[in-house]
Amino acid sequence: MTASPAGRASSAPLMGRDAEPTLFEISVPGRRAYQLRTTDVPTRPLSELVPVAHLAEAPVPIAEVSERDLVAHVTRLSHRQFSVDLGMYPLGSCTMKYNPKFCDAVAADPALASVHPAAPAALTQGWLEILVELEERLCAITGMAAATLQPAAGAAGELTGLLLMRAYHESRGDARRRVIIPDSAHGTNPASVTLGGYEVTTVPSNDRGLVDLEALREVLAPDVAGIMLTNPNTLGLFEEEIEGIAAAVHEVGGLLYYDGANLNAILGVVRPGDMGFDIVHMNLHKTFATPHGGGGPGAGPVAVAPHLVEFLPGPRAVREGEGFAWSTPARSIGRVHGWHGNALVLARALAYIQVHGAEGLTRVAQHAVLNANWLRRRLAAILPAAHDRTCMHECTLRATPLKDAYGVRALDVAKALLEEGFHAPTVYFPLIVDEALMFEPTETESPQTLEALGQAIERIAQRAATDPESLHRAPQTTPVARVDEARAARHLVATADAPRPA
Amino acid sequence: MADYLPHTAEEVEAMLAFVGVESLEGLYAHVPAAVRLAGGLDLPAGMTEPDVAAVVAGYGAANAARAGELVCFAGAGAYDHEVPPVVRALAGRSEFVTAYTPYQPEVAQGVLQAIFEYQTLVARLSGLPIANASLYDGATALVEALNMAHGATGRSRMLVSSGVHPHWRAVARTFAAGTGHEVVEVPLRDGVTDWSAVDARGVAAVVVAYPNYLGVLEDPAAARALAAAAGGLLVVAGDPVAAGVLRSAGSWGADVFVGEGQPFGTALSFGGPYLGLFACAEAQVRRLPGRIVGETLDTEGRRAYVTTLRAREQDIRREKATSNVCTNQTLMAVTAAVQLGWLGTAGLREVATRCAQGAHYLFDQLAALDGIAPASPAPFLREFALRLRRPAREVVARLAEEGILAGVALDALVGPGDRSIEAPEEVLLVAVTERRTRAEIDHYAAAMEGALQ
Repeated sequence: MTASPAGRASSAPLMGRDAEPTLFEISVPGRRAYQLRTTDVPTRPLSELVPVAHLAEAPVPIAEVSERDLVAHVTRLSHRQFSVDLGMYPLGSCTMKYNPKFCDAVAADPALASVHPAAPAALTQGWLEILVELEERLCAITGMAAATLQPAAGAAGELTGLLLMRAYHESRGDARRRVIIPDSAHGTNPASVTLGGYEVTTVPSNDRGLVDLEALREVLAPDVAGIMLTNPNTLGLFEEEIEGIAAAVHEVGGLLYYDGANLNAILGVVRPGDMGFDIVHMNLHKTFATPHGGGGPGAGPVAVAPHLVEFLPGPRAVREGEGFAWSTPARSIGRVHGWHGNALVLARALAYIQVHGAEGLTRVAQHAVLNANWLRRRLAAILPAAHDRTCMHECTLRATPLKDAYGVRALDVAKALLEEGFHAPTVYFPLIVDEALMFEPTETESPQTLEALGQAIERIAQRAATDPESLHRAPQTTPVARVDEARAARHLVATADAPRPA
Repeated sequence: MADYLPHTAEEVEAMLAFVGVESLEGLYAHVPAAVRLAGGLDLPAGMTEPDVAAVVAGYGAANAARAGELVCFAGAGAYDHEVPPVVRALAGRSEFVTAYTPYQPEVAQGVLQAIFEYQTLVARLSGLPIANASLYDGATALVEALNMAHGATGRSRMLVSSGVHPHWRAVARTFAAGTGHEVVEVPLRDGVTDWSAVDARGVAAVVVAYPNYLGVLEDPAAARALAAAAGGLLVVAGDPVAAGVLRSAGSWGADVFVGEGQPFGTALSFGGPYLGLFACAEAQVRRLPGRIVGETLDTEGRRAYVTTLRAREQDIRREKATSNVCTNQTLMAVTAAVQLGWLGTAGLREVATRCAQGAHYLFDQLAALDGIAPASPAPFLREFALRLRRPAREVVARLAEEGILAGVALDALVGPGDRSIEAPEEVLLVAVTERRTRAEIDHYAAAMEGALQ
């Protein structure tokens, strides 16, 4: 196979290694960029319109730059930023697949983007239809009855799900105290449990990297509100005993919560509803390819089984006659977003699903799993898998052999990969794996790109053997070298106005 | 059969052989048969992009309230401000759009520095020293402020003015079911918070909106005094455009500022994605929710940026984290920084001033009409509430026929039993931005006169 891949970014011309000045440093008093509409509205001084006690004495200092300087500054910032569009981004658990430009165009359509969220339903029928169409598709994909589209991200979906769990139990006069989480779970799970008013009980993984069913049975009791599971889990392994887990949790009256972070692996193959889950959140910014935006916006819809529909947040868009209307479920937990959720993200996801259809989504999952397994095999000689068997959409590998032989750690491998033109995998997660490197290639990377990644890892292993010191200093080709994180935390400088440490 | 997969059939065969599996389906051989989906997903077949575009055009056409059809006088926390092509082009750069959370700072200086600039601007607008990298929206920023107040005081009682946006209060009530916080909503009288009957002892937070959701400029000093006497935090929920000309939250003594950042470069977007602004006093910095970017140096002495105070966050602290937030609204924060850079010091002030001028110009015309009275005698800046002779919903529907989105009918915004206003079905909330011309405003006033006949 050729190793001239589309997905390797080592040719990117990141020019120079000087620091980019801040917006405030390029500011020159008197410069302007803005232009506003000519309105002919009578101009009256503010002091005539509002009591002066409310008015600031001086304008808030922003910056004073020309449009040309603003463009240069922000464009240079963008050149200091890795992205999916630039190259492969195999960040495990984050599903950094290609984001189709078509979906961006949908979100930019003024007929969607210009609509006010409080405009009456009669004037926003197109938007309500989008929400209904998306909800129906997400339910078909997950095997659930209905969904809320309000949660703005995965963690917001988790907390929404936990509040649904709470409302369900309380409606039955059933006060419960604990939520069970595997030790391989994302950190958002335990944080959400606390905010949901529950205590965390951690259940260990067994030597196969799966929830230990016996250990689970030991912690199950009538005070357990439910369990939060990611399946496939964060090791990239399918929880094969899911039927037993579901039966055991349901037997004590608990509910099963599905963390959809890894839904990309199973589209069209297995549905959370068919596995026995009662509540499911999805990360549309992972599975359905809406761009991550450097850390948001995401969208974290939550779908539920029939017995939880009456508790869903409201209002929800529903079909009514020939058209669409808002409706709030009878025993709704209330709003979880200021308006209707991250609507433009939702529209993107609907377009993605419409392009793919049933068969396309299934191919997405299959090829994601194929790529991950191919990469697992390809890297096995250098970075052995934590669990060496068929994985799902991602594989958790270990840098332990490099550490033992040369003192080269997972972090060093990750930083050296940046020099090779690839984004790093997720490192040191899950917490239960020593020197973890979690690779999620996604389905949109070609075999040539995967092979180039394999060769890059081989070169890094060579360097580990011959010049391990150079790996501790990596990366050297990026806009900055390794940054002093301890200094940042010791002397917090979170704004341009903060005093600098001496 | 449309998709974005690169693999040829031959490549798939070769990869399967390398993995040692017969077929794509074989990759799932270890998944229990009982839970596998037989017959595939019950979804329509895939379509090509141009075919989907035609469907999307149909959705757009069914949105009568889109720009070009209706002139927007609706606000209530979401405003129709100018977003110039230069801001759309810069904020739309794919390096920002298709990046992940900046976990590898060496290749994420672009997003990190943009967030640093954003944090600086939010801090300046709020008059407080520290801001975070954004939250989901104004409503969830309020929830995080209440959680911060609980962390700071160990108390659970929250006094929230009913002048805070009704949806934000609704969201605060929802999440209080999990945290166990007691959210006490303090009523408005004539559009201004009536703190007189309130027992503030033992409160964690006093929350006041400035301006409040009816557009009214309340005196935050009353809330400050209550918070100070009780030893709780003062949380000011603000409109960031108004903050361009009003006294800052910090100058009123706020410990926390929360706001909805949509007016800075983000289109109305049917309500999202927006962004939650969050700033606080130095004393609360270790309790900040979500991400913060800090300035530091790289190993070669260059200025560099990195997410910092990470020990607060969920991926490290797990169940003891200050918040569960992971993904926030970074792209909207970058957008806000770019929009503010475009506006600059003079532009922000001019936008806020023009909003106020337009709002007062319209108010003066409407208040002179028969069948309309101001819902509050208190001063306002850029948004105001009117009590109408006819149901506000009917008036909105009527004016839509004349090409005007007349505002937000309050009974659509407030829930039953809300203590912010009497007879909300009679009340219309109207906002004017710098984009509204004198001709549009005059047309509105004439149409309203007709609608009330």
